[in-house]
Amino acid sequence: MKNTKNTKNMIEAEGLTKNYGEVVAVDHIDIEVASGEIFGFLGPNGAGKTTTVRMLTGIIRPTRGRVRIAGFDLRRDPIKAKEVMGVVPELSNAYNGLSAWRNLQLMAELYGVPAKDAKARAEELLVRFGLHDRKDHRTKTFSKGMKQRLVIAMSLMSDPEILFLDEPTSGLDVLSARMIKEVLRELNNEGKTIFLTTHYMEEANQLCNRVAIINHGKIAAVDSPEKLKARMGGLGRVEVSFDTPVDSSDLRRLSGVTDVRASGDKTYLYTDEPGRTIQHLVDCCRSGGMEIVTLNTLTPTLEDVFIKLTGDGEVSVGDANALEGAANK
Amino acid sequence: MDQMRRAFAIAKKDVRIYYLNGPVVIFGILAPAFLFLAFMIGRDLPVDFLIAGLLGMTVFFTSTSITPVIAPTETQTRNLERLAAAPVSITTILFGDMIASVFFGIAISLVPIFLGVAFGVAIAHPLILAVGIVLAAFCFSALGLVFSSTPTSMTSTVMMISMLTKFPLVFVSGVFIPIQEMPSWGRALASLSPLTYITDLCRYCIEGTCANYYPVPLDICALAVFLVIFMVTAVKLHERSLPMRL
Repeated sequence: MKNTKNTKNMIEAEGLTKNYGEVVAVDHIDIEVASGEIFGFLGPNGAGKTTTVRMLTGIIRPTRGRVRIAGFDLRRDPIKAKEVMGVVPELSNAYNGLSAWRNLQLMAELYGVPAKDAKARAEELLVRFGLHDRKDHRTKTFSKGMKQRLVIAMSLMSDPEILFLDEPTSGLDVLSARMIKEVLRELNNEGKTIFLTTHYMEEANQLCNRVAIINHGKIAAVDSPEKLKARMGGLGRVEVSFDTPVDSSDLRRLSGVTDVRASGDKTYLYTDEPGRTIQHLVDCCRSGGMEIVTLNTLTPTLEDVFIKLTGDGEVSVGDANALEGAANK
Repeated sequence: MDQMRRAFAIAKKDVRIYYLNGPVVIFGILAPAFLFLAFMIGRDLPVDFLIAGLLGMTVFFTSTSITPVIAPTETQTRNLERLAAAPVSITTILFGDMIASVFFGIAISLVPIFLGVAFGVAIAHPLILAVGIVLAAFCFSALGLVFSSTPTSMTSTVMMISMLTKFPLVFVSGVFIPIQEMPSWGRALASLSPLTYITDLCRYCIEGTCANYYPVPLDICALAVFLVIFMVTAVKLHERSLPMRL
């Protein structure tokens, strides 16, 4: 590890707060991201994700609170702290008037990478991101996916220990998104710490060691995706389809069922006791002369957790209790 | 030293992107050129008087044309966020923009000098002229940075503010009317304009020792003082406006 202080946590934020006039965009949040971790940062639009990332990367100053990056205090040592991180902002921001090669060289110069190393690194990154044959073309001729790949390559020019990515795959074609996710996995295997903001729950579920969910500027939950899902009781589902239409009120009376929702030819039974519910469902079908076409049990997804915590705009006391201890981690 | 190298990297980027930018060419070269032609045509004025005025005006317009374009453009294209995330201070970013602007100002200033030489004008004090032009280019680039601190992504807004300030300055700075021939209130006004001092210095270097109004050391000191004032003001204003532009 180069130019970093000996520290367990690569990213630490304490009491991070950002006010815009009367509006509190981010409200006293604490974040700790360990070395080598992929940390997902999820939240609905306007929850304070981008503001938080901008404070963590030193782009804007917090109203209150402290940020340490690789042991460097971001306020007192901003240059050293920024030298160990690469940043991929929400919107692609390569210079359109420069070629891919010139954009990469500019990054190398801004981050103090020696010229000889910069050339070798740029070549390697252009090949890795499938842009080598377009390296001398101005980026204004690039597609959105190509621009985003270039912006990620730019953020890697200094071989940073920490990478911040704000919605890196948003709006990209499947191939570009897949390539970016693959690169993130490789970087993580190389020991890089990654702070990932995303709207895609499946992406966070696949990539992240831990995720934080932010809502109304406050952290609602922090834990590994699996633990978050396990903590959310009442989100187990039984997916069933019948050969004939079924009255949902009959299904609501089944043991353990808390909610019934229909979607297409499938019906979802939300239950705390999936085994018992299935038993009663089969009995009910037998006595009612209905035939089950398919039957699946589904565990809660990260999206279910996210919707539960953010969907109604408020985090309920019950939800908060269910996640007790997670936010303090 | 690291920050200085990074400032030059920013300057290189500016040179590649902004030198042939539309507003730069229009407001930095074409507008002052036509203004000068409008003043010159139909008047029987000595060539050395015209060239000295044109030179002062050229340094002024060209050096103040790049920096006001960079900040709003990079605000709009979100490139400013890229720089704000990089390990460079605001002063480094501004200094980089300033270097690009200075080179542009100096390079275009060679045009009236060569034009003058072609018309038989002799440069009496080339070294002092070179020092004056370089100093003035820094000073006016810093003035451009003051304009560009406006928290907007609209280049036209910054250019409008810039032109509203620059055009009146041209008329009170001895470019078209020598300071000696101005009324006392005009001379007082002229003393507040940085353009006055480079124009005065150009007259000394091109027209001869009696053509200037202020002593040469005063011209140079005044440009240096204006440079410091503009640069300090620009850094303070950009520190305040940067978060609003991100």
